[in-house]
Amino acid sequence: MSLKRIDLLICCGSGCVSAGALKIKERFHEVLKEHNITNEVNIIETGCMGPCDYGPVMVIYPEGIFYKKVTPDDVAEIVSEHFVKGRPVARLMLQEEEKTFSAHKDIPFYQKQVKVALENCGYIDPESLDEYIATGGYEALGTVLTEMKPQDAINIIKESGLRGRGGGGFPTHIKWQMVHDAKADQKYIICNGDEGDPGAFMDRSLLEGDPHRILEGMMIAAYCMGASNGFFYIRAEYPLAIKRIKMAIQQAKELGLMGNDIFGSGFNFDAEVRTGAGAFVCERKWHLSTLLKVCEVILLPNHLIQQFRVFGESPLWLIMLKQLEILPQL
Amino acid sequence: MKTLADLKKIREKAQEDMKLRGGNARIKVVVGMGTSGIAMGAREVMKTFLEEIAARNLTDVMVTQTGEKGLSSMEPVVDLIEEGKTKVTYGNMNPDKVKKVVVEHIVNGRVVSDYVVATGN
Repeated sequence: MSLKRIDLLICCGSGCVSAGALKIKERFHEVLKEHNITNEVNIIETGCMGPCDYGPVMVIYPEGIFYKKVTPDDVAEIVSEHFVKGRPVARLMLQEEEKTFSAHKDIPFYQKQVKVALENCGYIDPESLDEYIATGGYEALGTVLTEMKPQDAINIIKESGLRGRGGGGFPTHIKWQMVHDAKADQKYIICNGDEGDPGAFMDRSLLEGDPHRILEGMMIAAYCMGASNGFFYIRAEYPLAIKRIKMAIQQAKELGLMGNDIFGSGFNFDAEVRTGAGAFVCERKWHLSTLLKVCEVILLPNHLIQQFRVFGESPLWLIMLKQLEILPQL
Repeated sequence: MKTLADLKKIREKAQEDMKLRGGNARIKVVVGMGTSGIAMGAREVMKTFLEEIAARNLTDVMVTQTGEKGLSSMEPVVDLIEEGKTKVTYGNMNPDKVKKVVVEHIVNGRVVSDYVVATGN
């Protein structure tokens, strides 16, 4: 048994993957083996770190060293110099205005940002439920389910001032309240991961980089509104996002975070993924419900369909909610 | 997994596994891995630290490495850095000495003065 001394976080967002991140990861496995230090290094694939034009990028802890535009040929040098001898490779660091930035946190690109919804993206392994839990994951869900009635949670959303984040900015709590008040035998929640706008990849970053967060947000929303079934509608062009959400659902079920009687609260929830071919700004009500083939949704009164459409408006939006749900704990 | 307390247990375990990224270990062990350090057996020294710390399940200790420290005649050289305490530098280390440092210094909090070559920065 051996203790790990290095966490190697390789950005495996779609940008870096298309720039060759997976080949680099394979190369690291080979070179670490050659140096016989495989058991000293954690290799972690993360979601998008943000600076895609520098891809493939990686961050190496504990120092937090950031390398950009890494090629498979650079790997041997990184391992022998940085990992074995403790000398980070300066030529792979970011250089701007004649300054070299070794540490990830000092890079100008990050200096003026405070990540909220994306705080875990590029920091945790999106395929690890444990890493999500380590950052406080599922505590908001647990708190809401065990300590609040749906109406209490909706009131928190109201106080938070949360609005839709697609542009319209419709107050979130009004939508939730309407569905909460609506009478129906069965309610559904849909998370719209279609991301139809050309060139917009923020939803993909989240789906790929922090899938459990979206799942948790969905379950909180479902509890508030009385839904017991959820659908992720994700476009087929995002295979990695689909894979990771499916994996997250599986992991949550295995741990009992999804299914029957979650947190002993009596709340049941199940979710599944549907994939679609993508389309630019369709009439989403029909688009979604048809593609999902959820007959029940179509059979609901018209105003309810409208609400369901809005719930799933954007994963981002469900995510934000999760942040705010944490506030009472603080 | 049925309660928030169960979740907390998982969280604490998972946070330990991610401590390299947080950087808030109680004690940081820094092994000098310059050319002379490596020539004198710094790899074995580092490996022994990693193994001994893992074997004792000391979750609040972090092992990392640095380059040449300028103490070539005393290699392998190791710093033990504890927050709020003076840095201790051990020299002429070998796997047996490492085992003693782990037990005495890291576990029991007693500096092994026989191996110390410098203190402070």
